[in-house]
Amino acid sequence: MSAVLTSPSRPSAQLMTPKTWSGVMAATLAVAVLAPVLNLMVPEGSAFHLSDYAVGLIAKIMCYAICALAMDLIWGYAGILSLGHGLFFALGGYAMGMYLMRQIGSDGQYKSEMPDFMVFLNWKEFPWHWALSDSFVAQMALVVLAPGLLAFVFGYFAFRSRIKGVYFSIITQALTFAAMLLFFRNETGFGGNNGFTDFKRILGHPIATPSMRMTLFVITGLTLIGAFVGARWLMGTKFGRVLQAIRDAEGRTMFIGYDPVAYKLAIWTLSAVLCGIAGALYVPQVGIINPSEMSPAAGIEIAIWAAVGGRGTLIGPIVGAFFVNGAKSWFTQAFPEFWLYFLGVLFIAVTLFLPNGIIGLWRQLRARLGGKGRA
Amino acid sequence: MTPELLEAGARARERLAQLPVPGLSGGRAASYGRVVQPGVLDTTHGPILYLDDITVSFDGFKALNALSLAIEAGELRCIIGPNGAGKTTMMDVITGKTRPDAGQAYFGSTIDLLRLDEPGVARVGIGRKFQKPSVFEQLTVFENLELALAGDRRALAAALHRLNGTQRDRIAEVLLLIHLKDEAQRLAGLLSHGQKQWLEIGMLLMQDPRLLLLDEPVAGMTDEETERTAELFLSLEGGHSLVVVEHDMSFIHALTKDNPKKKVTVLHEGHVLAEGSLAEVQANEQVVEVYLGR
Repeated sequence: MSAVLTSPSRPSAQLMTPKTWSGVMAATLAVAVLAPVLNLMVPEGSAFHLSDYAVGLIAKIMCYAICALAMDLIWGYAGILSLGHGLFFALGGYAMGMYLMRQIGSDGQYKSEMPDFMVFLNWKEFPWHWALSDSFVAQMALVVLAPGLLAFVFGYFAFRSRIKGVYFSIITQALTFAAMLLFFRNETGFGGNNGFTDFKRILGHPIATPSMRMTLFVITGLTLIGAFVGARWLMGTKFGRVLQAIRDAEGRTMFIGYDPVAYKLAIWTLSAVLCGIAGALYVPQVGIINPSEMSPAAGIEIAIWAAVGGRGTLIGPIVGAFFVNGAKSWFTQAFPEFWLYFLGVLFIAVTLFLPNGIIGLWRQLRARLGGKGRA
Repeated sequence: MTPELLEAGARARERLAQLPVPGLSGGRAASYGRVVQPGVLDTTHGPILYLDDITVSFDGFKALNALSLAIEAGELRCIIGPNGAGKTTMMDVITGKTRPDAGQAYFGSTIDLLRLDEPGVARVGIGRKFQKPSVFEQLTVFENLELALAGDRRALAAALHRLNGTQRDRIAEVLLLIHLKDEAQRLAGLLSHGQKQWLEIGMLLMQDPRLLLLDEPVAGMTDEETERTAELFLSLEGGHSLVVVEHDMSFIHALTKDNPKKKVTVLHEGHVLAEGSLAEVQANEQVVEVYLGR
């Protein structure tokens, strides 16, 4: 009995093992110290120089990794596959983009206070939803509120009506498709199919300088690490275990008194907000946001990153985002016309042979090698 | 009046109020002028579960046909009946999964079960064990019990929840009782069928419900496990009320042998065909006919 009383409910009852902590520390150092030094201080000719291209690419993938992590919370732990996470990503991106458009000031093509696309449409004043767009604080609030509110309202009705499984996935896909069509229209006031681009400044500082690029890179990296630690904590609590219980036996969970609607809604909204933040970090670094981020294909890609890395592991989807996007940037240079085929084959192969993704394979190999070592 | 007398009176009153009076109607507590406390179980009038005229039809087929049934507080009631008699549908109605077309269902004398959803029914104190063992396979045995542990069911409370010593003791106690102490850290999905059944019973115990609904609890168990289950249920009788739906007549025998007058209910085509002691029921001609075929 004493063994039961003293042993924690599982090894990870403490937030993370010392080994994981040192991994997190190393990642923080790499992002916040090593990368800036290698990029800004080491001269360009040196073998240790981190090129601007690499900084941009890694920053972009880190944004994707935050999305994959958000997808893992909802898909890996609560068993709800969303194909609409591209929408939340884009909403966060558009909220940031509106602010960046206002920061251009009168440096645009038409030398007007209004963004170019509005001048082009012959608009004389800002539409109502642009009212607070020149305030950084208001737009940052919108980065969280827009995806959060939409997810909350949509999730409330969907979960309360007990929409599950593939039906839920299809509805999320329809939602993001509908939003894409809406954002494509010029009169919605989001720049139509061109979206927002040609950003000049952020908080009054020029956006295209090496130091600004590095600042955004560090913020993105720290956000990713913070999100990982936070997700790790949340999934280690009883809340995380109730989510897994709902995933595996929803009826049982209800009959012991938990209301699945509240739990699903909480994690769904959190996941959407995380995606929105990723979108807001993505836009100033990539320099463009347009409705294609909401296309159903974009949402499916997020799910692929999570599946390839390993669902329900938190670290897996981050690895998956780096692996798939790393492969993509190489493939689209080497064999541009074959990339989509490769992505499809990868997804099928992972589904068939690696149900737990790269991380599952890694753990399996380690267990096998460890077993041999002991024998 | 002297202070001592006042205190003695207060103590006596407290003791009276705490006395369990299973099956007894009346007594002081049942007098007029009691305050109805919403959501609090009130069994001073006897029955803990009261079904009246419940009718459920699926596309014209009446799964339950004007079913009326009363379970006394502290009672262990066995319910038998051929396949399709409506046993599982009855449980679905009680636990809020199925809404009846007509009728009333009360828990105690004040809680209207038909107004509650599944989590609500669980929270007022009704636990249910499914026919097919249903546990959380990706969680350990310990975590399965932890989730079932009585307590705040809200999401925020769950995120901030930490097990205290008393709760750990309670989990350890139940682990011993269901003979899964050595499996505490194993994933529930790796347990044998009988062990899963026991784990689910253990989860019911963690919930500490006032009424336990058990749908074929010994299906797939070995004889020894069945015997232990019967002992466990008998030990719960009195403190809890139990409704056991079962096909296995030897199990019903085991549950009723301590008191030959214990009531057994026979369901047939959605209503109560016979009710009485096991011997009476078995001697009933209609029951024999239903079971042996026409």
